[in-house]
Amino acid sequence: MTELLFNIDDLPVPFKPGQTILEAAKAAGVFVPHLCHHPRLKPHGGCKLCTVVVNGRTQSACTYKVAAGQEVDIDTPELNAMRRSLVQLLFIEGNHFCPTCEKTGACELQALGYEYEMLSPHFAEFYPADREVDASHPDVLIDRNRCIMCERCVRASRDIDGKNVFGIAGRGGKATLAINSPTGKLADSDFAVTDSAAHICPVGAILVKRNGFATPIGERAYDAHPISDSVNVCEIAEEAK
Amino acid sequence: MASLESALIPILAKYRGDPTALLQILREAQEALDWISPETEILVASALQIPLTQVKSVTQFYAHLYDHNRGKYRILFSDNITDRMAGSVALFERMQAHFGVEPGQTSADGLVSIDLTPCTGLCDHGAAMLVNSIAIGRLDAERIDEIAALVKARKPLAKWPAELFAIDDNIHREVTLTGIPYVPGSGLDAAIRLGRAGMFDEIKRAALRGRGGAGFPTATKIEGARNAPGVQKYIVCNADEGEPGTFKDRVLLTSFSTRVLEGMAIAAYAAGAAKGFIYLRSEYQYLRAKLQREIEEMRASGRLGVSIRGAPGFDFDVEIHMGAGAYICGEGTAQIESLEGKPGRPRVKPPSMVIRGYKGMPTIVDNVETLAHLTEIALEGGASFARRGTRASTGTKLLSVSGDCERPGVYEYEFGVTIGRVLHDCGAVAPIAVQVGGASGVLITPDEFSRKIAFEDVSTAGAFMIFGPDRDIFEVARNFAHFFAHESCGFCTPCRVGTTVQKNLMDKIAEGRGSRYEVNDLMRLTDFMRRTSHCGLGESAGNAVRDTWLKFRPAFERRLVPHDFAPQVDLDAALEPTRLATHRDDAAAHIPAEG
Repeated sequence: MTELLFNIDDLPVPFKPGQTILEAAKAAGVFVPHLCHHPRLKPHGGCKLCTVVVNGRTQSACTYKVAAGQEVDIDTPELNAMRRSLVQLLFIEGNHFCPTCEKTGACELQALGYEYEMLSPHFAEFYPADREVDASHPDVLIDRNRCIMCERCVRASRDIDGKNVFGIAGRGGKATLAINSPTGKLADSDFAVTDSAAHICPVGAILVKRNGFATPIGERAYDAHPISDSVNVCEIAEEAK
Repeated sequence: MASLESALIPILAKYRGDPTALLQILREAQEALDWISPETEILVASALQIPLTQVKSVTQFYAHLYDHNRGKYRILFSDNITDRMAGSVALFERMQAHFGVEPGQTSADGLVSIDLTPCTGLCDHGAAMLVNSIAIGRLDAERIDEIAALVKARKPLAKWPAELFAIDDNIHREVTLTGIPYVPGSGLDAAIRLGRAGMFDEIKRAALRGRGGAGFPTATKIEGARNAPGVQKYIVCNADEGEPGTFKDRVLLTSFSTRVLEGMAIAAYAAGAAKGFIYLRSEYQYLRAKLQREIEEMRASGRLGVSIRGAPGFDFDVEIHMGAGAYICGEGTAQIESLEGKPGRPRVKPPSMVIRGYKGMPTIVDNVETLAHLTEIALEGGASFARRGTRASTGTKLLSVSGDCERPGVYEYEFGVTIGRVLHDCGAVAPIAVQVGGASGVLITPDEFSRKIAFEDVSTAGAFMIFGPDRDIFEVARNFAHFFAHESCGFCTPCRVGTTVQKNLMDKIAEGRGSRYEVNDLMRLTDFMRRTSHCGLGESAGNAVRDTWLKFRPAFERRLVPHDFAPQVDLDAALEPTRLATHRDDAAAHIPAEG
């Protein structure tokens, strides 16, 4: 049987029928940036970091299926500039103060900022004042200032943990992470630190308590190697915990 | 106010505890209780056995659902650019003054709240508003005072003078769809004579394309759904006419609803579907009772139900679903999400809706006007239908004409009519621009007035907003920028954040603190939103700003400061609270502007 091939940045890459571009690229060791995607979850397609050009049109690599002979551009100056803008938009939308964040060095958003040479937020910050911190739970802290609406926790809680602890409420810029309890507090939900949703946040919005600085700054996942060195981004960050 | 349980139990019973009816349940709960309190949310979640977050996600997604008490009378002023041109800003302020409330705040006595809402589809009726979702047009100072008095007297909406709620069709040009009287049942009989396959062939021969703006071939959708496996197939009439500046579906649903409903049945016949929905936008709530009556009449006369017109196997029925204030629900997959009782966020495609749509079943979502045309095709045949219009755009098109002209209203033309001809017919005097296709459409300047309304030239769902010589096109674009920031669903990064950045940049320029730097950012941002957004909303959200910069540059340039960059924060203005607190206003309490 002949091997099925498509092209990434002009180089032939094998794929299996049914694979998405992101899956096939990853299997071939090619880095595709992403934030909302996670290998244990169903593809989402919201963050748009994995935007690639397929036969001349932009598509999301995490949801778009590969076909034989497809020409896919991934690592081009133009796409990387768009990715830098997307990371900047995510930074200005929330309140991200990396130096005081426990996730620094292991944060996928921060790592992508470095990857795409983001030297400033560029756009005027929104400085939202209504992002609530929820420290009610004995083991886990929620800091919505850092939430990027990737819905990894929403999907992990629903599809892996079978719990539905999280949801997104509000439209557009008013979207916020909602918690399934009568008070809206995490402590009053059936959330547990052993839930996969407790360990799946790409940024510092969901943090396990009493874990601070267990790994010194400077020795964290993306301190040692840029995010693009690994195609298994999510797993690296999780192991580092 | 009724007690919580006594109000909610009949509503929950009516929908038999079906979680996919969540949006309908919350709408009706609000009608009964004025707002959706946390207690209501908890009760509904437990009755439907769904997570509370799911209820909250719906309450907070739809602009016309309130999770704060917004009073007995919830007044929303339509804030399209055409409303503003008709003086809505002053009328809005006049209404606020009557009650001494800020926008979006509820009066202390819990009586009233006053806020803005995007285009209500009454652009041919001057400035307009909604009171508890019921439309009132032709606002002037006198009407505002009259409405304020009614509210102050706490008179129930049902007892307000009927003339307040009068909405006219304003049809100024008829061809076939609006011009030829329709005999109820005639289109159905013709379709039955043709048979399912024959009816489909005629639709294909007619080369009918979707009237919602995208122009997708209707026959391809029908064929896709017909051939897709599925125990149940659905026809959805997209009556979520949310594009600012369009209102022709309002007129079709008012006076041509027989064509629309029988068109749905014809589509169902050709596709093998047995169930249909009208997704009616919240702003057209006033049409609901009339449509419901007609559906019941059709059932009684054998034009809906089992074996329609005696044709064995021709079973089809229609249900009305209400929207609740979300432009995005005009997008097909978002509409299906909304029909399933969820927030209207567009799905990932593929799979296409005709394969996996409502409840995972093959679903055809068609515009009101597209469906109405099916009655014509059934009666006259596809070849005759295709003789009208152009080769690539067959049949007629309804345009919603508004703005600076003598006769705003609905105009029916064969496709291929020039923009100049429409301007002449409606009595536009020296227009400087026309926004065709609404906020997401295209800005047309006088040197382009010879262009044609057709899918192959200027494609439109029907909005046609005219701007006269005194209009400021920058403010048009800024109004649309605010619209998109309000309507972004929030699913994808470029649109969720980008539309707000676009709005902020336009506001900064409007305040006289923008430079070429902001313009460059806008151009980069709009291009990038177009290329990376998840759906058409984000893709088109920058069109108006971009067009205005390209075609009305002076409208931008006269606002720009000559520096390379103006800071985001005006330092002197930021000192104002301190000056007030310290009772100082001397020179040393000010930071002189640089320059």
